[in-house]
Amino acid sequence: MTQIAKVLGLLSLAGTIVPPLLYLAQAMSEGAMKAIMLVSAILWFSTAPFWMKGGN
Amino acid sequence: MVERTKGEDAFIALSVRTLGPRFVSISVFPFGGALDTVAGHPLMESPTDPSAAPAHSGDEFEREPVPKNSLKGASSFWGMYAGEHTAGTEFMIGPLFVAWGASAFDLIFGLLLGNLMAVLCWRYLTAQIATQKRLTLYFQLERITGRHLVTLYNLFNGVLFCFLAGAMVTVSATAIGVPFGDSIRMPSFSDTMPTGAAWILTCVVIGAAMTLVAIRGYGFIARMGHLSAPWMFLVFVACGVVMMAKLGSTNLFELIKPAAGSTPKIGFWGIVAFSWFCNSAMHLGMSDLSVLRFARKPSYGWASAAGMYLGHYVAWISAALLLVYWVREKGVDPTKGAAPGPMVWDAVGWAGLLCVVIAGWTTANPTIYRAGLAFQGMFPKMARTTGTLLAGAVCTIASIFPAFAMKLLDFVGIYGTILAPIGAVIVVDHFLADKVGIAKEPAVRSGSVFNTAVLLAWVIPVGIGLLIQQRYEFPAFFLPLPCWAACGVLYIAFSKMMGPKPATA
Repeated sequence: MTQIAKVLGLLSLAGTIVPPLLYLAQAMSEGAMKAIMLVSAILWFSTAPFWMKGGN
Repeated sequence: MVERTKGEDAFIALSVRTLGPRFVSISVFPFGGALDTVAGHPLMESPTDPSAAPAHSGDEFEREPVPKNSLKGASSFWGMYAGEHTAGTEFMIGPLFVAWGASAFDLIFGLLLGNLMAVLCWRYLTAQIATQKRLTLYFQLERITGRHLVTLYNLFNGVLFCFLAGAMVTVSATAIGVPFGDSIRMPSFSDTMPTGAAWILTCVVIGAAMTLVAIRGYGFIARMGHLSAPWMFLVFVACGVVMMAKLGSTNLFELIKPAAGSTPKIGFWGIVAFSWFCNSAMHLGMSDLSVLRFARKPSYGWASAAGMYLGHYVAWISAALLLVYWVREKGVDPTKGAAPGPMVWDAVGWAGLLCVVIAGWTTANPTIYRAGLAFQGMFPKMARTTGTLLAGAVCTIASIFPAFAMKLLDFVGIYGTILAPIGAVIVVDHFLADKVGIAKEPAVRSGSVFNTAVLLAWVIPVGIGLLIQQRYEFPAFFLPLPCWAACGVLYIAFSKMMGPKPATA
C-alpha cells in the first residue's frame, strides 16, 4: 500500500510540473494543463500522507 | 519566506517555544516537541539568575545544552530549510521586485549574491555559535541580557509576528476572493487601506479560522505544511513556466525589464541587500540558534542554501514572471501590480489557488501560535489560549489593511532592522568578549535581570536607523547590517563602562 501510494505521489508531482512544460512546448492546451494539475494536486494530498513522514 | 515545517525528515513540530521569528518563513523547530504545551517555554519560568534555573526534562532542552545523543543528521536540516522558505509571501515578493523596476540581471545575479551572503551568515555565525553552545536564542540571551530584557525582545517579536501573519492572511484572501469575482475588490500594491466591506469580511473569516486552528488543532496544519512543501515548490515553478509560455519567450533577460522611462526603485545592490537581510533575524539575529543547536556539525549551516536557492531564488523569479505577464499582456500598471490570487489563478487554475491558500495558511498558523506564546511569555499568568486569541485578533486586524503585504519589502526590512541587531550582542559575547576585556554572559555573572548596556546598544542604532528610514524614505532592507554592527560596537563600549568585570580581570 505504501509503495503504491509512493508511486502515485511521485506521479502526481510529475503531473504538477510536466503539463506546464508540455504547454510551453505547445504540446498541450491550457485547459488540459490546468485540469491535470488539479487532479495531480488532489492525488498528491490523497497519497502523500501514507508515505511522507514528519510534520506532526 | 515565511517559516514553515516541511521536509521529509522528521522535523516539524514547530517549536514555538524556542524559536524566534522567521520571516516569511516561520521558525520551525525540528525534531519533535509538542506545540501545544508551553510548560517548558524558556520565558515562562525565569528566575533572576538564569544559571540557577532548572533544566527541563523532555527533548526540547530549553534551558540546557542539547546532549550528544539528541543531535540530528544533515538531511533534517536540508529538508527543513527547503520547506520553510517556500511560502505564500513568495508570491508577493517576486512581483514586488518587478513593480520596483528590477531587471533580469539584478534579479538573477543580485539574488545569487545576496542569498550566498545569507547562507554564509548562517554557516559561519549562527551554526558556529549554535554547535558550540547548543542553547536556544532565548536562554542564550537571558544569560547575557537578563530575564526582563528578553521579555522586551519578546514583545517586539510577538507584535512583528502578528503583522507578518497578517500579511499571510492578506495573501490567502486574494486567492479565496477569486471565485467571488468582482464582488470582492482585490487590493493593488498601492492600497494600504481596506478595499471594501467584502474584503474586510473575507479577511476576518480567514483570520478567525486560522486563529481557531492555532488554538485547537495545530498539529494538522503543521502536517499539511510538511506534506504540501514539494508540491508547492513545483506549483511555483509551474507558474514561471506557464508565464514564459504565454509571453512567448524563455529568455529572462528579455522578459524582465524595467518599464521604459521609469526610474527603478531597486537595483542590483538593493536586491542583494534584500535577499541577504530578509531573514536577518534568523541568521545575524541568531534566532536559528534554536534550530541549529541540534546540528552535529557547524557545516550543517550550509543547509540554509536549500531554502535560499529554491524559495528565495527559483520561487521569487517564477513569481516575478506572473506580474511581467500581467503588465505586458493585460496592461496592468506595474507600480500598482495585481493581487497574487488572480495572477496565480490565471496561470495554473485551481491548483494555483489551492497553493496560495495552503501556503498562506500553513505559514500564518505557526506565526500566530508563536506570537501567542510570545505574549504569554510576557504575562505568565495569561493562558495560552488567551495569548493566541490576542495574537490572532491583532493578526486579523492587520490583514484587513493590505499595507503589510503590499509593502512587504519595506516591512521585512524593518522587521530585520529591529530584531537582527540583538544577535550582535551574542556574537560579541561568544567571539570577542575575552579579547576586548568584557565579561561573558554578564547577567549570569552579576545576577542582573536587565542589562542596560544591551538595551542601549540595541535601541540607539535601531532608533537612528528607523528615524533615517522614515525621514528620508531610505529603503529599510539596507539597515539591518549597519544597525547590527553598531549594536555590537556599542555593546562593547557600554559593557566596558557599566558592565561587570570579566572573570580574568
